Amino acid sequence: MPAATAYIPLDSFGPGRPVLSDASPQAAPDLDARVSDHPCYSESAHRHFARMHVAVAPACNIQCNYCNRKFDCSNESRPGVVSERLTPEQAVRKMLAVASAIPQLSVLGIAGPGDALANAEKTFRTCELVRRQAPDLKLCLSTNGLALPDHIDDIVRHGIDHVTITINMIDAEVGAQIYPWIFYDHRRHHGVAAAAILHQRQMQGLEMLAERGVLVKVNSVMIPGINDTHLLDVNRAVRERGAFLHNIMPLISAPEHGTRFGLDGRRAPTAGELKALQDQCGDGAMQVMRHCRQCRADAVGLLGEDRAAEFALAALGEIDPPYPREARRAYRAGLKAAAPAAQPSAPPVALSESVCLTVAVATRGDDRINQHFGHASEFQIFEVDGAGARFIGHRRVDHYCQGGYGEDDAMATVLAALNDCHAVFVAKIGNCPREALRAAGIETVDRYAQQAIDPSLRDYHFDYLGRLAAGQLHHAARGDALLRQGAFVAV
Amino acid sequence: MALTISSDLCTGCAACEDECPNSAVHMKRGMYLIDPDKCTECSGKFDQPQCQAVCPMTGCISKAG
Ligand code: SF4
Ligand code: SF4
Repeated sequence: MPAATAYIPLDSFGPGRPVLSDASPQAAPDLDARVSDHPCYSESAHRHFARMHVAVAPACNIQCNYCNRKFDCSNESRPGVVSERLTPEQAVRKMLAVASAIPQLSVLGIAGPGDALANAEKTFRTCELVRRQAPDLKLCLSTNGLALPDHIDDIVRHGIDHVTITINMIDAEVGAQIYPWIFYDHRRHHGVAAAAILHQRQMQGLEMLAERGVLVKVNSVMIPGINDTHLLDVNRAVRERGAFLHNIMPLISAPEHGTRFGLDGRRAPTAGELKALQDQCGDGAMQVMRHCRQCRADAVGLLGEDRAAEFALAALGEIDPPYPREARRAYRAGLKAAAPAAQPSAPPVALSESVCLTVAVATRGDDRINQHFGHASEFQIFEVDGAGARFIGHRRVDHYCQGGYGEDDAMATVLAALNDCHAVFVAKIGNCPREALRAAGIETVDRYAQQAIDPSLRDYHFDYLGRLAAGQLHHAARGDALLRQGAFVAV
Repeated sequence: MALTISSDLCTGCAACEDECPNSAVHMKRGMYLIDPDKCTECSGKFDQPQCQAVCPMTGCISKAG
């Protein structure tokens, strides 16, 4: 596939089929197999596999200006103090409860509430206990990288094959604006000196992991005015050092979270700014991740739903259920059998390349348009032109139906979130929201209800061209959209 | 010679407990406390009190008294 490597082509969706087929050449050749059941890394796995995070790592060794330790960190999947802490033993109990209720469970991650490697003992003890009971679960962890070079052997020994490092800069001057201090080698370091140490440790850790064949994803928080353009350099640097995936996330800085950036009034990037940066970073040999929902570190479930409350410690039974090996095997066998055949692509339409539409789709999964507009807590966003349809990201909204602060406000939020879209595909929609969308210049399309997303998008594009040729509509690029603030906690 | 933890500010992250060279920090009824008999302010071992240097909450750990 030529220039469009930044996108995950729709045609490659479906269980068992490769999704990251054009990933970094430095990455391991068996990459597809290694990420195909990881819901965070592969858009297709996303729909059929589930992950859980266990909050066993409360301490941190750096301070970030987008973090307030008292609250859930929405930037880095970190639950705050209000979330339940687990000991390694409790984490295993929780894993057993989840595995027996959710056969899709394929990944167990350790991402906080602090830094997984600032709590190395608790983190690796958890890995060891989980491994013993559930040898087929994939283990992953997230770290800021400061302690990473000291734990490479531990990571390899515990069979952790995915590590996420949050890297926001490769220049200490930039870093000093993001990290006020770090705790390293028994000292607190400040400013540029602190950022220089962090940078050196991050790069060293990344190189060491890549050398040992551990998959490394890099997370970056896009902070307008501080590292937005700089992230292009970060992208190049981490790509050279063997990262297989770069996940650029928007800064979340609502003032009520009380973070430094929030209090300073530093704004989040718009959807358009984020996409432009992702496009620039993704046009090379490395994938850019577009479906990260920045979910909380204690989240449980298929991405897009969070069942954490069901599996709180207090809710667990007296006796732990056994690890359901048989049920898990059966689930996977069933998935393979149900994999849909590849769809034949529509014939290329002349002149159509230049008309590119952005479409929001209300879906509950299964690659179908099967969600009521008012029940959608997020939309999948696609771009479609003569070359086909491409998934470009998610857009979270408050449920229109449940807008706790009045339907008008809720609708305004949805409109702001979908402002860059030409159309929204829904299974069903009420008259009022349809009118509001029309007034905002967004066409509501419910004629593809329950149908598959990809062919519907192509059909819509074809139809759109016809109406354009007949002079029935005027085509123009849409404006930018707002990204919703706050951690993703599905209701 | 000892440091104390302000229970208002403490998030219970246990970073101080992990770093203390004298095992002076412990959890009691959900709160982190420093044992004044064990705390040496890290003198002779480190040039910064370790608990204070690692604690993420400004002003949470300070000199007793
Ligand atoms: S000052 Fe040093 S000895 Fe005292 S509690 Fe803190 S880390 Fe422990
Ligand atoms: S490091 Fe600070 S916030 Fe964390 S447990 Fe110790 S005193 Fe509390």
